[in-house]
Amino acid sequence: MLEQIAFVLVFIAGVSLFALRIKAIRRNILLGRDLDRSDQPGARWKTMALVALGQSKMVVRPVAGLMHILIYLGFVIINIEVLEIIIDGVTGHHRIFSGLGSIYDFLIGSFEILAFGVVFSCVIFLLRRNVIRIKRFHAAEMTKWPTSDANIILVVEILLMFAFLSMNACDGLLQQALSASIAEGAEVSTQLSHYVSAGSFPVSQFLMPLYDGLSVEGLIFVERFMWWFHIVGILAFLVYVPYSKHFHIFLAFPNTYYSNLEAKGAFTNMEAVTKEVQLMMDPSADPFAAPAPDAADAPPARFGAKDANDLTWKQLMDSYSCTECGRCTSQCPANQTGKLLSPRKIMMDTRDRIEEIGKNIDQNKGEFKDDGKSLIRDFISEEELWACTSCNACVEACPVNIDPLSIIVDLRRYLIMEESKSPESITAMFNNIENNGAPWAFPASDRGNWTQEMNEA
Amino acid sequence: MSQAIHVPTMAEMVAKGETPEVLFWVGCSGSFDDRAKKITKAIARILTHAGVKFAVLGAEESCTGDPAKRAGNEFLYQMQAMQNIMVLNGYDIKHIVTGCPHCFNIMKNEYPELGGNYEVVHHTQFINQLIKDGRLKLSDGDTFKGKRITFHDPCYLGRGNDVYEAPRAVLQQLDAELVEMRRCKKQGLCCGAGGAQMFKEAEPGNKEVNIERTEEALELKPNVIATGCPFCNTMMTDGVKNFEKEGSVDVKDIAELIAEAADLL
Ligand code: SF4
Ligand code: SF4
Repeated sequence: MLEQIAFVLVFIAGVSLFALRIKAIRRNILLGRDLDRSDQPGARWKTMALVALGQSKMVVRPVAGLMHILIYLGFVIINIEVLEIIIDGVTGHHRIFSGLGSIYDFLIGSFEILAFGVVFSCVIFLLRRNVIRIKRFHAAEMTKWPTSDANIILVVEILLMFAFLSMNACDGLLQQALSASIAEGAEVSTQLSHYVSAGSFPVSQFLMPLYDGLSVEGLIFVERFMWWFHIVGILAFLVYVPYSKHFHIFLAFPNTYYSNLEAKGAFTNMEAVTKEVQLMMDPSADPFAAPAPDAADAPPARFGAKDANDLTWKQLMDSYSCTECGRCTSQCPANQTGKLLSPRKIMMDTRDRIEEIGKNIDQNKGEFKDDGKSLIRDFISEEELWACTSCNACVEACPVNIDPLSIIVDLRRYLIMEESKSPESITAMFNNIENNGAPWAFPASDRGNWTQEMNEA
Repeated sequence: MSQAIHVPTMAEMVAKGETPEVLFWVGCSGSFDDRAKKITKAIARILTHAGVKFAVLGAEESCTGDPAKRAGNEFLYQMQAMQNIMVLNGYDIKHIVTGCPHCFNIMKNEYPELGGNYEVVHHTQFINQLIKDGRLKLSDGDTFKGKRITFHDPCYLGRGNDVYEAPRAVLQQLDAELVEMRRCKKQGLCCGAGGAQMFKEAEPGNKEVNIERTEEALELKPNVIATGCPFCNTMMTDGVKNFEKEGSVDVKDIAELIAEAADLL
């Protein structure tokens, strides 16, 4: 009974901490500007099925992609076993689903094989990060925390799988002990009587020699210990994940659902600008006319983005979905040629800043208190922004459809339209377009010169 | 020897009471840059040769606003866009072929919301269609026989609008060997000019993007690096010069290659 109460308490604690953190992230994401992504639900479900569930963009790099799918399948499917663990924990049963007979044997057998796959992939991933030291895992923005975050999760997953397999190994040994006692007609303790034959142990049988020498009491102790380690570990994992880049295991789904469905080359037209330009171009418009009544008390929104909360909620969701895998950066032409720009860093900076803004709001009773900082300059420098060629390679590469380019453009819009700050030659280009209708200083009247040249050919 | 061609402006056509099948949107680079003007002329020759009734805007054309928009100057872009849309709608234009992927992208994707609704195609798509419809025939000459050609995907044609096949289908018409770079199609590497980079010095780094890209193209030992964008063309031409390979490797737009294969130049 005590064990059951302890379990329920631990379980409630884990789930509540998780829920609180989700609430905080949701609030932070909603600090962003409005954006309507409720259209085309059919296409959205399809994108999600393909990109998040089917991981279609992961397999562009086959080795990492296939192992990632293995971990992902293992993670999802082994969670069916967690359901049993929870029910057992609350009710005090042992392996409540074992009544399913051969189906149960098949399930446990498959979980074990998957668990082995997970361990295998995690070991390879650790080697890739720490021994082979693949370049994209060691860029400037991969400071201490992002690096340990990745390693922590891999190690924890290995430990969890090891606990799961050890639990099964001891269980198997105990099942043998129980059958032997019954065959001998010996007396069976209540504790041992729980371990009726159930499940199959294709992987954990190889762990059995490790625990073979233990007494029945010893085995029961290790089996219980591993059971608790496994479930407490999973709950701890649940609490940890939303503080980590591993939050993508949840956010990948909504984030791909709300993907941009337009052509990648299409940038948004800023509505506020359209209104002003229309006014300027319409000779009948009265510049001194009173503003529309609904616009009266809303403060005019900033053009472009200076800080993280000037971005849209989708751009903020992108930042929380980022797995820091660096596929974007490794495809970025600016980054590959040694420039400061790294699209991964753009995403990490955006997330760090919106987290900071969120904390600021919490500490100041729900009001943001100016901290003199902004996403631009304090996190992302002008040099980074101006190195972007808007080539969309990062957007194409991202396995969860994150769009770093849209953030870069919104920050540039702020620089140009609010601060009139641009490299000199860019300013000259603007002037040329304004004066001659071309980015160079050629007179508009020369535009058709080539046709005359053809006349004379 | 190439023939004299008269390219009519929209104003001329309207004065004669005629309507073109398609408007040829030349773009700033194609109008003013000496190298890019050759591409423009090749496109004009192809259209004429295929019997396409087309016109240009001439002095009435103005920058689409692409470099301003990508640099963050939404005001300037929308001013340009609305001015162009006024002219285009004034002539009741329905179909546009552009000589530049940036013009193509912006008119196709960003003008509609501002009131400019046209069917816009890139010149490689248009040429592909002309060939498919049997309107454009290449002479049997073996201008490109045995040559190796590699195609550099322009970002705003490829990733930007998912047009990967049309330019390749056109190149397939040349009796040449089409070879692909390691980073091609969706994974294609930028030439380094997009996003208004064309108009400024690159940020500090350890290499120029066009050098990285040209290096990759030259690894294939091509005779021709084919392009579909006047900016890519400039960047790759500079890259080839940097490696002092201009004697053995040509950088040419697909339109120029086709015009050559059709004996139009
Ligand atoms: S769009 Fe900009 S940030 Fe993204 S890959 Fe291209 S140059 Fe890099
Ligand atoms: S933005 Fe996408 S590709 Fe880039 S690091 Fe994050 S998850 Fe990876």
